[in-house]
Amino acid sequence: MATITWKMEDGSEIAADVKNGLNLMEAATANNVPHIEGECGGCLSCATCHVFVDPQWFAKTGEIDDIEDTMLEMTDVEREDNSRLSCQIIASDELDGLVLYVPEPE
Amino acid sequence: MTAPIVIVGAGQAAASFIARHVALSNPRSVLLIGEEPHPPYQRPPLSKKYLLGELERERLFIRPLEWYREQNIGLRFDTRVDAIEPDQHRVLTASGESIAYDKLLLCTGSSARRLPDAMGGSLDGVFTLRSIADIDNVASQFQAGRKLLIVGGGYIGLEAAAVARKLGLEVTLLEMAERILQRVAAAATSDYFRELHQGHGVQIHESARLARLFGENGKLRGAELESGAIIDADLVLVGIGASPNIELAQAAGLACDIGIRVNDFCQTSDPDIYAAGDCSCFTRNGQTIRLESVQNAADQGDLVARRLAGEDVRYTALPWFWSDQYDCKLQIVGLNQGHNHTVIRPGAGAASRSIWYYRDDELLAIDAMNEPKSYAFGRKIIEAGISPTPRLVADPMTDLKALAMGK
Repeated sequence: MATITWKMEDGSEIAADVKNGLNLMEAATANNVPHIEGECGGCLSCATCHVFVDPQWFAKTGEIDDIEDTMLEMTDVEREDNSRLSCQIIASDELDGLVLYVPEPE
Repeated sequence: MTAPIVIVGAGQAAASFIARHVALSNPRSVLLIGEEPHPPYQRPPLSKKYLLGELERERLFIRPLEWYREQNIGLRFDTRVDAIEPDQHRVLTASGESIAYDKLLLCTGSSARRLPDAMGGSLDGVFTLRSIADIDNVASQFQAGRKLLIVGGGYIGLEAAAVARKLGLEVTLLEMAERILQRVAAAATSDYFRELHQGHGVQIHESARLARLFGENGKLRGAELESGAIIDADLVLVGIGASPNIELAQAAGLACDIGIRVNDFCQTSDPDIYAAGDCSCFTRNGQTIRLESVQNAADQGDLVARRLAGEDVRYTALPWFWSDQYDCKLQIVGLNQGHNHTVIRPGAGAASRSIWYYRDDELLAIDAMNEPKSYAFGRKIIEAGISPTPRLVADPMTDLKALAMGK
C-alpha cells in the first residue's frame, strides 16, 4: 500500500491509498484526479496520463523505457526532466508518500 | 423534477461521457443502463492480456463500481432496453418498465458477426470474442496442444492467434480475401503481420473460403473449405467483423446509415438523442465513416458531456488505434481511407518499420510497428497539416521530431 498525493496547479490536492501493483493512472482515475485520462488503458498509446514527479521521488519511480520516452514527446503540456506517464508507475510500499504534480493543458 | 440524462449501453463511450460529466460538475442526474452485469470495461485487453490470464477482471473496469455510486450515477445493469419513444421522451425496458429521459445518449456499440447456423455457426466449440462473458466461456479451453481455427484475418483474429500460440495451441487462420488485414491496411502492413505470425508457427491461408464447419452430436470437429480441403479443429474463433447495434434507433425512426447518423455534435436526427462510439456514423472529408475504436468511443462520449454542459465543441478528433501481438506493438494514427500510395520507413530494428499512407501528396495515416517515434511524431505531423515528401519519410536519417516542429 502507498499513499499517493496528486497536486493541482491551483494548490488543491487529492490523496489516496493505492494497493500495491496498481498503476498510478488507474489510481488517479478511480480517485477523480482531473486531467488524467488514460484513454488507452495503460498501453503507451495516448500519453493522457502525464505527471511531473516530485524530484525527490523521481528515481524511485523506476526506469523510463524507450516507448515511454517517445510517448512523452506527445503530451499536451510539454515534458520536463521529471515527467512520467503515470500508467508506467506501479504502486509499491517504496512509493508510500509519493507526490505527483498534475499538468493542466490550456 | 427534470428527468435524467439516460445512457443506453455501458461501454467505453458511456464511461467517457460520465467521467467528463463529473469532471465538469454538471449537476444534471445521469442514469446508465447496461445489458451486461458489469460496469463499463475496456474491451481491447479481452483478446490480449485478459484471454492470456494476465489481468484480473476488476482491472478491466474503466472505473471501479463504487466510483459510479460515489458520483451519484444511477446504475441499471442486466437491463435491456427494447424501445425508445422519442415523442414521449422515454425508453422501455425488456421487463416492461418505462424510464423517462431529458436527453438520451445511445452507446449501444457493435456485435460480433457470427457464422450462420447452416454453416455450423452454432456448434459447440465455435465462439466470438467481444465481451467478458465470451472470454470467460472460452479461456479454459485455450490449452496447449489443442487445435484452434480462426476464421478471419482482422485484428481480433490476429491478436487471438498470438495469445493462442503463447499458450501452446496449434493455430490455423483463414482469410477469404487475398491477404490478411486487407480491409483495414496496406499490403506492406499485411506482409509484416503475415511474416510475424508465420514466424510464430501460425498456419495462414489467404484467399481461403470456408464452406462450413462440421461436427458430431453438436460438437465441432473441423472445417471444410470451398476448395474441398478439410481442417481439423477443437475450437473455432469467428473474427469476421462487427455490426453496429442500431436496431433500437432504427425502430425509433432515427436516421441511420452504416450506423446511427450523427452530426458534428454527436446528435442524431432527434436533437434530444445523441449517439457515441461503434454504433454511430458521421461524415469526415466527404465520406461516411463508422469507427470501432476506443479513441472514437472515448472522444465522442467526452464531446457529448461537454455539449450537454454547454460547451461549444465539435467532433474533429484525429483517429488512433493500437494492437499488441507477440512482442509487436502496432500503433496507428489517421484514417487511410482513400489513399493511393504508401511509403515504407525502415525502423531501428529488423522488426520495426512504419507504413505512411498518402492520397497524392497528402499524408493521411501511419501504421507504426515497433516504431513509436513514427507514431508519436507522425501524429504531430498529421495534426499540424504537414505532408512530408515520400523521399524524406523513407530516409531513416530524416529527423521526424524536427519535421513535426515544422523544420
